Amino acid sequence: MQALDDSAFEEPLIALRRQIAELEGYPEGSGHEKDLERLRHRLDKETDSVFRNLSRWQKTLMARHAERPYTLDYVDLMMDEWVEFHGDRAYADDPAIVSGFATFRGQHVAVIGHQKGRDTTQRIRRNFGQPRPEGYRKALRIMKLAEKFGRPILTFIDTPGAYPGIGAEERGQAEAIARNLLEMASLRVPVVVTVTGEGGSGGALALGVGDRVFILEYGIYSVISPEGCAAILWKDQGMKAVAAEAMRVTAPDLLDLGVVDEIIPEPRGGAHTDPVLTSQRIADRLEATLEELNDRSPEELLEARYERFRKLGVFSES
Amino acid sequence: MPWFRKDKKPKPVRRERVRSPVPEGLWSKCDGCKEAIYARELERNLSVCPQCGYHNRLDARQRIALLIDDPEPRELFTGLRSSDPLHFKDTKKYKDRLKRYQQVAGDRDAVVVVEGDLEGIPIVLAVMQYPFMGGSMGSVVGEKITRAAEAALAARKPLLVVSASGGARMQEGVLSLMQMAKISAALARLSAARLPYLSILTDPTTGGVTASFAMLGDLNLAEPGALIGFAGPRVIQQTIRQDLPEGFQRSEFLLEHGFLDFVVPRAEMKSRLARCLRHLGA
Repeated sequence: MQALDDSAFEEPLIALRRQIAELEGYPEGSGHEKDLERLRHRLDKETDSVFRNLSRWQKTLMARHAERPYTLDYVDLMMDEWVEFHGDRAYADDPAIVSGFATFRGQHVAVIGHQKGRDTTQRIRRNFGQPRPEGYRKALRIMKLAEKFGRPILTFIDTPGAYPGIGAEERGQAEAIARNLLEMASLRVPVVVTVTGEGGSGGALALGVGDRVFILEYGIYSVISPEGCAAILWKDQGMKAVAAEAMRVTAPDLLDLGVVDEIIPEPRGGAHTDPVLTSQRIADRLEATLEELNDRSPEELLEARYERFRKLGVFSES
Repeated sequence: MPWFRKDKKPKPVRRERVRSPVPEGLWSKCDGCKEAIYARELERNLSVCPQCGYHNRLDARQRIALLIDDPEPRELFTGLRSSDPLHFKDTKKYKDRLKRYQQVAGDRDAVVVVEGDLEGIPIVLAVMQYPFMGGSMGSVVGEKITRAAEAALAARKPLLVVSASGGARMQEGVLSLMQMAKISAALARLSAARLPYLSILTDPTTGGVTASFAMLGDLNLAEPGALIGFAGPRVIQQTIRQDLPEGFQRSEFLLEHGFLDFVVPRAEMKSRLARCLRHLGA
C-alpha cells in the first residue's frame, strides 16, 4: 500500500470537489451560484496545474487509483447484452480476469479484462487483480470462442502482475502466459487492447498481443513494478519513484517506444472523476478501430500484427 | 509411497550466486554434496559432480560444444549490440554495465546463436549465456532468438533453444517485456510450418523467459535440479510469507506437475535430443 504523502498531490483537489458537491446540494436561488462558479473555476485551474506536472511515480499512483474505473465498469458503461463466461474448463474460475460476450455499438464482441475489487472483500476475491494460470487459460478459451464465431476481441489491461504463489507455480503460471502470447499472435479476428490502469509485466502482456494497443493518459506499462525494480537494482524499495522515472513507464514514454499506438486522453483530474466521459472516449476509439480492422482479411490482420511486435526493440547492428 | 519413486533425497535448496563455469584451481568444492572434487575430473565429467550428480552451470560455448558435432559451428547475428534506449542508470549506468560484462563474459550479449549439425541433423541452436547479466533478455536477446526462429523457418530446420536466464532485462524497461511477444509470435509461425522446436531449460530459468519461449517447445526438457519458475522463490516467499516446499520449482517438481516432457542428465542430452528430432521428422 502506498503511503499517504505519495498521493497528497490530489488532496487539495478532493477538498475542492467536496465543497462543490456540498454547494450543488443547496436549493436553487439561495445565492450560492456565484460561489459555485468560482469554486469550479478554481478546481479546473488547480487540477490543470497539478496534472501538468505529474511525475512518473505520481502517474503510477493515478494508474492504481482506488476509484479508477475497472473492466466491469467499462462493460457497464459502453456495452449492452453482456453475458459473463466463467472458468478455464480445467481447474477453476479466476475472478481476477473477467470475460464474456456483449454488443458494443451494435456489433457482437468478446470482452476480456483484468478485474480489481472496489472494497476489501471484493479486492480479496479478485486477488487485487493478480490472475492465476486459470485466469489466463479462461481468457484464451474465450478468445478461441470469439475466433470460432468471428467476433472481434476487446481486452482491458489493469493488473499489478500475475500472482506469485505456490499454487500458481504448480499450475504453470509461466506456461499459461506463454501460451497466450503464442496463441494471440495467431487469432484470426481483430484484437484491440486498451491499457486502462496498470500494465504489470507478463501478467498484462498475456492479454496484450493485439492489432492495436491503446493506453489511457495516466496508464502505465512496465516490465516490473517500480517497487520491484527498486528492490532489485537499488536494494531499496524506497527508490520506487526513481525506478519509475528510469524505466519510463508512462503513456507518452510508451508511445515514443512504439509499445502503444495511441494515448486516449482522460478527463481533467483523471478517469475516476468522470467514468462516463472516459468510457465514451475509449468507446469512440474502439469503434473507429474496429471499423477499420473489420474490413481486413485474417491474413492481412496476422501479417500486420506480426510486424507490429516484430519491430519492437532497440539495438545497433554492425 | 509408490515403488517407482526416486530413492535419492531431493537436493537442498542452493544459494544463488554467480559461479565461474569452470572452477579455478586443481580442486573445487561441489555445490551439491560439498565434497572436494578434482577439477580435471569435473571437467571431464561435463561439469557434473561424479559423486552426487550435481549439474554445475555451463556457459554458452561449453553448451554448444556439447550439442553440436562441428567444433566450430557458424555463429549467426554476431553484429547485434545492445544500445541504451532509456539512458538507464541505477547505481551504475546501463552502458557501463554492458561494457563490463562484455569484458568479463567475453560475449556481446546474453545469447549465442549458431547453425550446425546435432548427430548429423542440421539445426539452428540458440543458447543463453547466464554469466552475461544473469542471462537477462533485452532487445538483442529478443531479436537474436526471433531471427533464429525465422532462420529455422526459412531453412526448414528444427530450432533448439537452451534457456538460462533470470528473465527480462529491467534496464531496457518495457522493450524487454515486448521481446516475449515478439519471440512467441515467431514461434507460432514455426509451429504453423510444422518445424520442431525443442526447449531445453537449464539452471536457472525464470521470469519472462519461462513465461514465453522456454515453455513453448513442442517438447520441453530440463537438466536435473534446475531452478525453473515464473516468479523467483524470494518474491513468492515475500508475497505469501510461508516457507516453500522442498524441491519447489526444481526440474523434478515441474516434471511432476506436467510442464516438462522429461528430465535428462547432461551426458545423455545430445543423444536424447537427436532421438526426439528424428521422431518429429527431422
